[in-house]
Amino acid sequence: MIDERLTIAGHEFKSRLWVGTGKYKDFVETQKAIEVSGADVVTVAVRRVNITDRTQENLLDYLDPKKYTILPNTAGCYTVDDAVRYARLARAAGVSDLVKLEVIGDERTLFPDTAGLIEAAKILVKEGFIVLPYTNDDPIVAQRLVDVGCPAVMPLAAPIGSGLGIRNPYNLKIIMETVNVPVIVDAGVGTASDAALAMEYGADAVLMNTAIAGANDPIAMAEAMKYAVDAGRLAYKAGRIPRKLYATASSPIEGML
Amino acid sequence: MDIHLNGESRYLEKESTIAALLQELKIRSDQVAVEVNLHIVDKQDFASRQLQEGDRVEIMSFIGGGAESSLSVTEA
Repeated sequence: MIDERLTIAGHEFKSRLWVGTGKYKDFVETQKAIEVSGADVVTVAVRRVNITDRTQENLLDYLDPKKYTILPNTAGCYTVDDAVRYARLARAAGVSDLVKLEVIGDERTLFPDTAGLIEAAKILVKEGFIVLPYTNDDPIVAQRLVDVGCPAVMPLAAPIGSGLGIRNPYNLKIIMETVNVPVIVDAGVGTASDAALAMEYGADAVLMNTAIAGANDPIAMAEAMKYAVDAGRLAYKAGRIPRKLYATASSPIEGML
Repeated sequence: MDIHLNGESRYLEKESTIAALLQELKIRSDQVAVEVNLHIVDKQDFASRQLQEGDRVEIMSFIGGGAESSLSVTEA
């Protein structure tokens, strides 16, 4: 099936699976998993350069900028000021104007501080950033983020790294139906079926990190996720049959003895 | 002179620009952002921007990270 490409603010993406680069054993494994996943968007975090140990390798040396769109995040930021500061630093480092905006509200759940998120998004959009906000599965907040100029929204399936899968499919569906921008389900995926389900519901893409990096065999899981996202997308485009309580025979009655 | 570099104090023997400091530290300037006293310095100004006594310098780059805040997450 020929599918249209996912396009966000003029950026065109081949893959509907986006992946993070954290928690892998080493950069070789990171590189291999990303390659196998077929993802062309990879998220990275912004941190201090290690000044004391310059023998450490650089992640970006393992990610060909011609092959991948690098999506810096503001992970670990708990205030509007911090998130804005990290986003500006990411842009100044020179990879792109894209930012996966996170304003975290609480350490235990890592749920977004949605009030702070909207405020930070507003500031960054005005500064010309392409803001992709990591948000809660709240349709009203998603719409507010669109209203302030986010060209896509990234609602969570479940808490970051929890592997719980989609906890509130109905809210996600409402978001997909109500916002007129791409919806990328971000965080909480545990295994391939979770990713497939998100795509079947109509997500435009799925972003994950731990589900792949934390699997016993990350490379195999990366491949599983690729198929899951493709299968889910195909099923969504194909249109599933309605659920019915009783049977409908698939074989005709005519011609029976 | 002393500066604060990535949260630690550092003695510089002579006057230094950001470009010279990066070179001394063997850090490629293409993948970093530099902040001095909370203001981001444009890459094109790295060679001309002189560091002053007491400057708070942050050199930032990218590390592996995804949907999680890898540095502050409390594992379940």
